[in-house]
Amino acid sequence: MIALLQATTQQTPTVSTRIGEPNVIAMAFFFAFIAITLGITYWAARRTRTTEEFYAAGRVITPGQNGFALAGDYMSAASFLGIAGLVSTTGFDGLIYSTGWLVGWPVVLFLIAEPLRNLGKYTFADVVAARLRQTPVRIAAALGTLATVSFYLIAQMVGAGGLIRLMFGLSYETAIVIVGAAMMAYVLFGGMIATTWVQIVKAGLLLGGAALLALMVLAKFGMNPLALFAAAADRYGASVLAPGKLVAAPLDAVSLGMALMFGTAGLPHILMRFYTVPDARAARTSVFYATGLIGFFYLMTFVLGFGAMVLVGPDAIKAVDKGGNMAAPLLAEVLGGTPFLGFIAAVAFATILAVVAGLTLSGAAALSHDLWVNVVRHGEADSQEQLRVARFATVALGIVAVLLGILFKGQNVAYMVSLAFAIAASGNFPALVLSILWRRCTTEGIVSSMVIGTVSTLLLIWLSPTIQVDILKNTSAWFPLKNPALVTIPLSFAVGVFVSLATRDDVAAERFAAAHRRMHVGEA
Amino acid sequence: MSEHRFHSLAETRWRIAVSLTALMVAIYFGFILLIAYDKPLMGRLLTRGLSVGVLLGALVIVLSWVLTWVYVRWANTHYDAGLDEVRRGEAGS
Repeated sequence: MIALLQATTQQTPTVSTRIGEPNVIAMAFFFAFIAITLGITYWAARRTRTTEEFYAAGRVITPGQNGFALAGDYMSAASFLGIAGLVSTTGFDGLIYSTGWLVGWPVVLFLIAEPLRNLGKYTFADVVAARLRQTPVRIAAALGTLATVSFYLIAQMVGAGGLIRLMFGLSYETAIVIVGAAMMAYVLFGGMIATTWVQIVKAGLLLGGAALLALMVLAKFGMNPLALFAAAADRYGASVLAPGKLVAAPLDAVSLGMALMFGTAGLPHILMRFYTVPDARAARTSVFYATGLIGFFYLMTFVLGFGAMVLVGPDAIKAVDKGGNMAAPLLAEVLGGTPFLGFIAAVAFATILAVVAGLTLSGAAALSHDLWVNVVRHGEADSQEQLRVARFATVALGIVAVLLGILFKGQNVAYMVSLAFAIAASGNFPALVLSILWRRCTTEGIVSSMVIGTVSTLLLIWLSPTIQVDILKNTSAWFPLKNPALVTIPLSFAVGVFVSLATRDDVAAERFAAAHRRMHVGEA
Repeated sequence: MSEHRFHSLAETRWRIAVSLTALMVAIYFGFILLIAYDKPLMGRLLTRGLSVGVLLGALVIVLSWVLTWVYVRWANTHYDAGLDEVRRGEAGS
């Protein structure tokens, strides 16, 4: 999984590969991508004058475009490199992640997408705060957003630095500064319009690159995936098609599954995309497209992973990078030589860049729209001031992301991303569901749910075996699970319900009928 | 009249949304629990190159998409038509 993005530093080049050497073709593709996306940003900057354009792309994105943009925001380099690597080195176990990464999308569609579009303006806090007291709800929601975004950003930055060093031969710090600068340019000048189109270009490149690679693999096996799987089983034993060590502890598997399934519906940068389309119907249709694109992509990881296992070999893959992250680029090199390796490497870099831009924009929206405009200024800020604050927040977040990326160099990326999903699932998702569905919920209930959901997740991750045993080298951990979602999601729901029942919020109950109507019918 | 129509429509949407969510949860956690508690079954080969586990994994992905299709189809035809009726009722009153 994303885990594997933990790029290992030492290389033992036992296989003949040009990975790690400056690759002219990779550079050319990469600078072409930067040039095209900066061109898009220039075009978008001239169309970004209001907050509606900066945060929500003027709400004129079509469902098809938003489907691609959602897929672009969601499919990180982790899915592409990490899952392919995991399948190529462990076989079936890697496929557990291919499925887990997709099953959150139907939940987003059924429970969240339409009410979110109808009740909110720019952030998911708009929905939670719709009939509750603004100040406490906005502060709690910004806490959940910034915690989720920070851990996700660190994971992407650390992954980017390691990958770029491995693929282009640039230094880790140079790579992080390039990613930070390009991402700031997109968001600062082009806002959501540029970010959306960068996601669309990136999703097209990633899907196209992966499909081309998968076709080239299948061409070697008579276009029959089963012939490929059979070849893998013949060479490495039938056990590669069966569950292995990865799910030795069933509760760990269930807990991770819960984080993935409900975390997707609480990711701020994904939720923010639903405001870019004209109405709830378009929001709904865009999830259908996104699920199809992402599902197709994860089905291709079956072929890429087993293809790399058979055509490159697990030992050769692990020799280049212990975590297996270089499986897809190595496969490209075997099938299409250095030019194809260069193309796939550039696609992986573009992928990270786009995800980082989406994350930064959602963090900037939490800081400026939720905290500055609604808490500090009580909604009394004009459009120019809002844009100024949003851009200031973007620069601040960009600098923080670069510094965190350098500070957390060599950290385990897996743990950072599972943390981001667990916080989103426990801090944001229960509050969204309760405030949308339950008439009786109160400001106190929702705020406690968000704060306790976020804080308990952070605390239990700190006490988990991943931190205590793997990183701090203690002999045992106080909390047995690697991912706390199994405990923290029910806890967050329970706190929200009990505190609501113990308090009264007459204003919230009074406003329920109107909010309930607007959630379905939209603005009158 | 419009008020009654709205409430039954909203109730139907939530019933369908919650049932489909429950179905998705059952499908995915069914798959995870089979992996956790019946590894031999998941490793059994159905034909050369295809184990039960690989087939079910692909099915989870395909079914997720089919469920979104089922919901979108229902919502685009029945739910949206109902909403239009409610909106017209509002405009008329």
